[in-house]
Parts: sequence; structure tokens; C-alpha cells
Amino acid sequence: MTAITAQPTRTGNGSTGRRPRKGAHYPGWFIMPAAVVYAILFLVPTFASLYFSLTRWTLFSSEFIGLDNFYQFFREPFLSQALINTVIFAAVTSGLKVILGLLLGVLLTSRIAWRGMLRSIVFFPVLVSTVGVGITFTALMHPTHGAINEALALVGIKGPGWLTNRYLALYSVALVDVWRGVGLATVIYMAGIVSIPTDYYEASRIDGATRLQQFFHITLPLVRPAMYTVIILSFIGGLRLFDLIWAMTRGGPGFSSDVMASVVYKQYQAGYYGLSTAGNVVLFILIALLAVPLSWFLNRRVTTR
Amino acid sequence: MNRIRKYALSALAVLFALVVFVVPFIFIILMAMKDKQQASLINFSWPTHFQFFANLIEVVQARDYMLLTAYVNSTILTVGSVSLLVIFSAMVGFVLQRRVAWWTPWVDFFILAGLMIPPAVVPTIWLLQSIHLFKTLHGMVLIEVAYNLSFAVILYRNFIATIPRELDEAAIIDGARPLSLFFRVILPLLRPVTVTIIVVQSVAVFNDFVNPLYYLPGKENATVQLTLYNFQSQFVTQYNLLFMNILLITVPPLIIFLFFNRQIVAGMSAGAIKG
Repeated sequence: MTAITAQPTRTGNGSTGRRPRKGAHYPGWFIMPAAVVYAILFLVPTFASLYFSLTRWTLFSSEFIGLDNFYQFFREPFLSQALINTVIFAAVTSGLKVILGLLLGVLLTSRIAWRGMLRSIVFFPVLVSTVGVGITFTALMHPTHGAINEALALVGIKGPGWLTNRYLALYSVALVDVWRGVGLATVIYMAGIVSIPTDYYEASRIDGATRLQQFFHITLPLVRPAMYTVIILSFIGGLRLFDLIWAMTRGGPGFSSDVMASVVYKQYQAGYYGLSTAGNVVLFILIALLAVPLSWFLNRRVTTR
Repeated sequence: MNRIRKYALSALAVLFALVVFVVPFIFIILMAMKDKQQASLINFSWPTHFQFFANLIEVVQARDYMLLTAYVNSTILTVGSVSLLVIFSAMVGFVLQRRVAWWTPWVDFFILAGLMIPPAVVPTIWLLQSIHLFKTLHGMVLIEVAYNLSFAVILYRNFIATIPRELDEAAIIDGARPLSLFFRVILPLLRPVTVTIIVVQSVAVFNDFVNPLYYLPGKENATVQLTLYNFQSQFVTQYNLLFMNILLITVPPLIIFLFFNRQIVAGMSAGAIKG
């Protein structure tokens, strides 16, 4: 496509002959190195997964069994539980990140003392090893010796078994995920809040608006693009999360905190490759069904080209 | 009156941030200094037998200096994949931003797909085995490149939109061929966003746990995140060593954070908003 285009010395600036001219200076093969790596290591496995999810598979031979793997996902309680848990986990974590991130974002862009230090403190957990965070909080959430329950005991509250109670484990992990990820939500909000023209705040102050009114009538509507970004990023991240859950509960107690990504790993370890791949496809479909309509909001904002 | 209120609010915010965000890190450091018996209580307490350096040495020496091997592996993985990522994605971002071709919508679609679709694990292993890249460090490098391309391309494309086309045209009139136009004129101008991508992706690759777990098994291939398994077993966990290990693998991101705080924050928020 690029080799046959006209010589680049003909530098007309009109719209005539636009494509060959551009092809010469911005050759299409520039995308090839990236495209090859992406196609082989990402696209091929993704398409292959559509087939292998329909098979009983040992890596050396595969037997076509139709939709059996998928039936199993909805029949076996521990597999369908993982499906529900994944959605709950994504909804809880992204909901909390959206709200707490906004509050922190407003706080850290206001004229507060030690602002720079606070920003750093809130953001740093984003950069720390997720597994390290998971191990640390597993210790802090220990039912009897953990610092959290010891602190609660000081004020006379008997803390629950954060990770040993099967109704609570998933939510405890979700809280830790919020702790780890809220810093990213906060900086996204901060970028959004800073870009709001200060004239609006000045004008509203002259008109006698209170801080609370300013928040609801200026900040909240104008920070909406940042909010959509936070929602989508944290929702997809929540649907895909594996390392934190694996480090903290391994899906336990029982299967109560299993999510799709941990099921995929467990079935892979157990040698059920077809079932594991079906789990991947289910997760893919879940993201497509939930996250794509969500992200439609954001993508109405077209990038400049 | 107003100033007092302002400082009270600030003090409250700082106190809250310290308790919620700093106490876990203090806990890591305290645990790393304890002896085995006290650490096994895993409570929040001051170490009675201070043995920070003994723990440090024991962690480094554990399982034939596995941590050092892991550090070498992680460094190769990080440097290799981030270098390729920068070159590849800058080229894509450049061409994608400068011209519209029949494949432009496809590339846009695949960028979005790369951000959203979870990688299909077992088929990837099957593929890596068939091209003899499974359990190899260079295979892992290419995996990290493939998985992180979308994010880097978006950042580059958005940044290149701010570089005036007149610059390209001037270079073209001076007779620059596409390769020299890109490498001599454009790439140097991309320095700010390149620094951002290098920093953000280095931290991401260095902290990656899931992909090495799947595609790079085996003791001699371990990356730093997988060394955390060393001191955890079904029966007994040596908590002082485990937390020393956490501390040691947190140091590189901490150093990068101290130097590149601004680039990291700018990169993560800019890429996210404009994407």
C-alpha cells in the first residue's frame, strides 16, 4: 500500500491527491510491529478461546462438547456464585471509588494545608504491589490479633472475622481494593476539578452561593467526564480483578469470595482447560454486556485527529 | 475564626489520611523488624527483638538467592517490554493521529478491545507453547507489550495531536524520509509523554503478578512479585521474612514515585480522561 504511492517531493497543500501524499509520509507499515505482537499474542488467543471454550481440552487434544462448559457455569452453584460475586465486587468497588474519590478530589484541590503531602499519601498505594497489599491487610484483618479488630476492641466493639466470615469476605476484599485504588480515582477527579474555570466559582460567590451549593451546581455537573472515566475504569478493573482476591482469600472461605478471574485460575490449575477458557469467555461477555454500554457515555467525546 | 476552622479541617484530614493510608505501611516496616515468634502473632506492636538486618539477609539468601534472580528477571522484563512498548506505540500513535486510512476504524476498535477484553489465559499458553515462547523471558516481554499497547497508544495519539503538522511539512520539504521524520523530528518532541509512559508502565510491569504467574512459571524464572510465595506455605508462614520481602519489593516503586510523582499522576489521569 505504501510502496506504490507517489514521490513525496510533490508537496501540494490542497485536498487533491491527499491520500497518496499522506501514505508516503505517514506510512501504514509503522503500525506493523505493534500490530503483529498484538495480533499474535492477544487476538489469536482471544479468537481461539471462542472455540476452545466449547471443548474438553488437554492442550494436546480437544474434544468438541458444545455448550456444556457454559451450562456447567450456570448449573454448578460455586461457579454461578462466582459470576454473581464478580458483579457485586465490581459494583461495590467502583461505587465507593466514585464517591470517595470525588470527596477526596474536592478536599485535595481546596485550599487545605499540607495538600501536596496528602495527595502523595493518598496516591502511593496505587503503586504498591497488589499482592503485598493483600498480604498486609490479611494480617491487619486477622479476627483476633489483627490491628483493625484490636483497635475496635479498644472502643468496646467486637470486630467480625473480616475474611473468615463467608458473608463478609468478599466485601472486606472490596474495601481493600478501594483503599488501593481510590488514589487513582482521586487524581482523575483532581484533573477534572482543576480544569473547571474559576470564574464560575467567583460569579456564584458574588451571587451569594454557599460552598455546598457551589459543589452541587458547579463542581458536580462539570466534573462529569472525569466521573464517567472513574466509573468505567474501576468497573472494568473490578470485573477483571484477580491478584488481590487471590492474595487475601483464594476465593474462600469455601467459594464465598470466588470471582470469575479466580475461577479461571483454579480450573486451569485443576487441568480443566476447556472450563477455564469458558470462564474467560463468560467474563468477556460480562464486560461486553455491562461495561460497553457504560463506556458509550464517555466515547461520545471524540478524540481530536 | 476562619483560619482556625481551616486548620482544624486540615488537621483532621491529615490525621485521617495518616491512620488509613500510612498505618498499613508502618505495619509492614514493624513486621519486617520482628523476630519469628513475635511476628507470628501478627499484631500491631513494637518489635521486642530488633532484627531488621538479620531478616534482610535471610530474605535475600532464601532459596539460593531467589530474590536476586527475581530482581534480575524483573529488571530485564521491565526494561525490555517498556522499551519495545515506547517505540511500537509511538509509531502507531503517530501514524494514527496524522492520517485517516481504511484501517483507522479497525485500529481504534482494537485499541478499545485491548483495554477491555480480559486476555484468554489458557489459549495464550497453548499459543506460546506452539511458538516455543512459554516459560521464556522474551515471551513474557512480548506478552507485556501486547497487553499494554492500548494504553500507551492512546497517550501518544493524544499528545501528538498537540504537535503542529507544519513541523512535519517543514521536515518533509527539507527532504526527510518517513523514518527520519519520525525518529529525528517527532520522537524527540514526545519526551514528556514518553517519560510518563516509561514511568507508569515500568511500575505496572514490575508490579504485575497475574501474567508471570500464568506464562512464566518455574523457580528460575520467578519475578519479584512471585517471591512472595517463598515464605508462605500451607502449614507455616514466616511473617517477619514475608513482610521484609514486601518491603524490599516496594522500594523500587517508592523510589520512582519520589522522583517522578508529577509524571505518574499526570500520565494516569490524562490517559484516563482523554481515552
